[in-house]
Amino acid sequence: MQTLVGSARSPVPPVVREKKRRPAGVRSWLPWLFIGPNLVGLIAFTLGPMLAGLGIAFTRWNVLSGLGGIEWVGLDNFAELFADPKFWKALGRTVFFAGLGVPLSIAFGLLLALALNRPLVGRAALRVVFFVPSMVNTVAIGMVWLLVLNPSAGLLNQALRFLGLSEPPTWLVSEDWALPALVLIQVWAGMGYQAVIYLAALQELPQDLHEAAMIDGAGAWRRFRAITWPSLMPTTVFLAITSFIGTSQGFGLIAFLTGGGPGESTTVLAYYMYQSGFQAYKFGYAAAIGVVTFAAVLLLTLLLWRFQKGRGLYT
Amino acid sequence: MTRSRTDRTLRTWVLSVVMWAIAVLFALPLLWMISASLKRNIDVFTLPVTWIPDPVRWVNYAEVWAGDPPLLRYFGNSLIVATVAVAGELFTSSLAGYAFARMRFKGRDRLFLLYIATSIVPTQLLLVPRFMFFQAVGLYDTLWALILPSMFTVFGTFLMRQHFSAVPGELAEAARIDGAGEWSIYWRIYLPMAKPVLAALAILGFVWSWNSYETPLIMLSSDENYTLPVGLTRFVDGDGGLAGGLSMAAATSSVVPMIIVFLVFQRQFLSALSRTGLK
Repeated sequence: MQTLVGSARSPVPPVVREKKRRPAGVRSWLPWLFIGPNLVGLIAFTLGPMLAGLGIAFTRWNVLSGLGGIEWVGLDNFAELFADPKFWKALGRTVFFAGLGVPLSIAFGLLLALALNRPLVGRAALRVVFFVPSMVNTVAIGMVWLLVLNPSAGLLNQALRFLGLSEPPTWLVSEDWALPALVLIQVWAGMGYQAVIYLAALQELPQDLHEAAMIDGAGAWRRFRAITWPSLMPTTVFLAITSFIGTSQGFGLIAFLTGGGPGESTTVLAYYMYQSGFQAYKFGYAAAIGVVTFAAVLLLTLLLWRFQKGRGLYT
Repeated sequence: MTRSRTDRTLRTWVLSVVMWAIAVLFALPLLWMISASLKRNIDVFTLPVTWIPDPVRWVNYAEVWAGDPPLLRYFGNSLIVATVAVAGELFTSSLAGYAFARMRFKGRDRLFLLYIATSIVPTQLLLVPRFMFFQAVGLYDTLWALILPSMFTVFGTFLMRQHFSAVPGELAEAARIDGAGEWSIYWRIYLPMAKPVLAALAILGFVWSWNSYETPLIMLSSDENYTLPVGLTRFVDGDGGLAGGLSMAAATSSVVPMIIVFLVFQRQFLSALSRTGLK
């Protein structure tokens, strides 16, 4: 990054290596011509906004006076945030939502992948069926589940009544059940993707360990615990990290299905941020929520990373 | 020996039956969506559920496509956004990926690390600044606010770099000896070989763009600019409680193109997806 002029090489040994490696005729600015279009766009639309996001968190913006209405307020937004009971409740709901949804969808994804990795009748078609929800946009998913979860005539409650539950939950219109219902939808929509990633990893696993363990008389569960699970650890950590970061984090579903309600029962952090910024026009406050979310995700990522380093089979 | 083989066949059959049963349950919501899309509004909720609509109202689709809200318009917007965004992404990421993989320059590895680090930033952090930026430059409420950020992706660059790193370098050496310039080595030799990966990236990018809901929700305000997912919300009546036959016809219409894309390009699609998981 520091040097656009590659000729500013250090005079010590690397010179020789550089010379040997750099093919004749490649000019030092040429790589930047290739990377340029992508890098410029990335700086404008991702890196720049990222830094700006950090900055905006320390400002208050009066939208009506345009960009001139931005005022530096130091740590005010964060002080307000940490004293805001709505924030803590939203954080709690986020922990519930992700803490339940991510492990569930990963677990179901893994089970599904293990099953689909065996010989099955119509296996290709099965894979398609389970993957299809991953191709459906959030709003269509929401509309379908609005039907399925309809308290009186929805598919789910009809089934529950048939099974003898006389008063099934009212799901999206109940303060207690709306968030679990969103977890259910998220798991249904996401497990096909998780399964595809796991399947790819399963097919890369060397078979010899399994065969050796089989000869030693290890049962299926034992083989899973001792070989498959540890070998899949990098994949599991990858899926956990990406699902926690997950662009949606339920925000889309919540925006469409519940609008944070009933009451505040589904106002998770991502949605609280949306409300603060795009409905209450407190952009500095919203950015502060974004920064806190980022910090939490970063911490979680590092923790998972360390965890994997200790556990993976090939590390 | 034969015993264990029959044993195994039996197990395969049992597992198959179980999996198919689960698959049917799993698919019920979407099957109901299709079934409801062919019903009159009053027939959507019946006790017990009717799976085969009676009468079958194909006219729901005709109404939804011709009427207001303008589904056709949303459809066109989604198509424009996805096509332009994907074309841009293919162009910029193949170039950058190629340089990261096949060229040596100072700071390359550090820059690539920065790329990777960027991918763990949650989109939420980016929403506010992007919104303010597009407001300031007058692109708020235009399709460009959706297209531009998706043209320059870390993911695409990463995928292309992975591919170009795995291609042997001898071809370039040979071409260089023959006096070919760097651009023509890239354009004539390496890019044509990357066609399968480019196809995979194109399909993934197209689907992501098509299904994207959060960004258009924030960046667009006028109905005529809506993309499909945001436009779909207009088919649900105010209280959001009852989504009838017409709204299901609209939802089905938004989903079918993606399912066709998936069925046609299944192999490329799944291989690209699984590549994202193998670092």
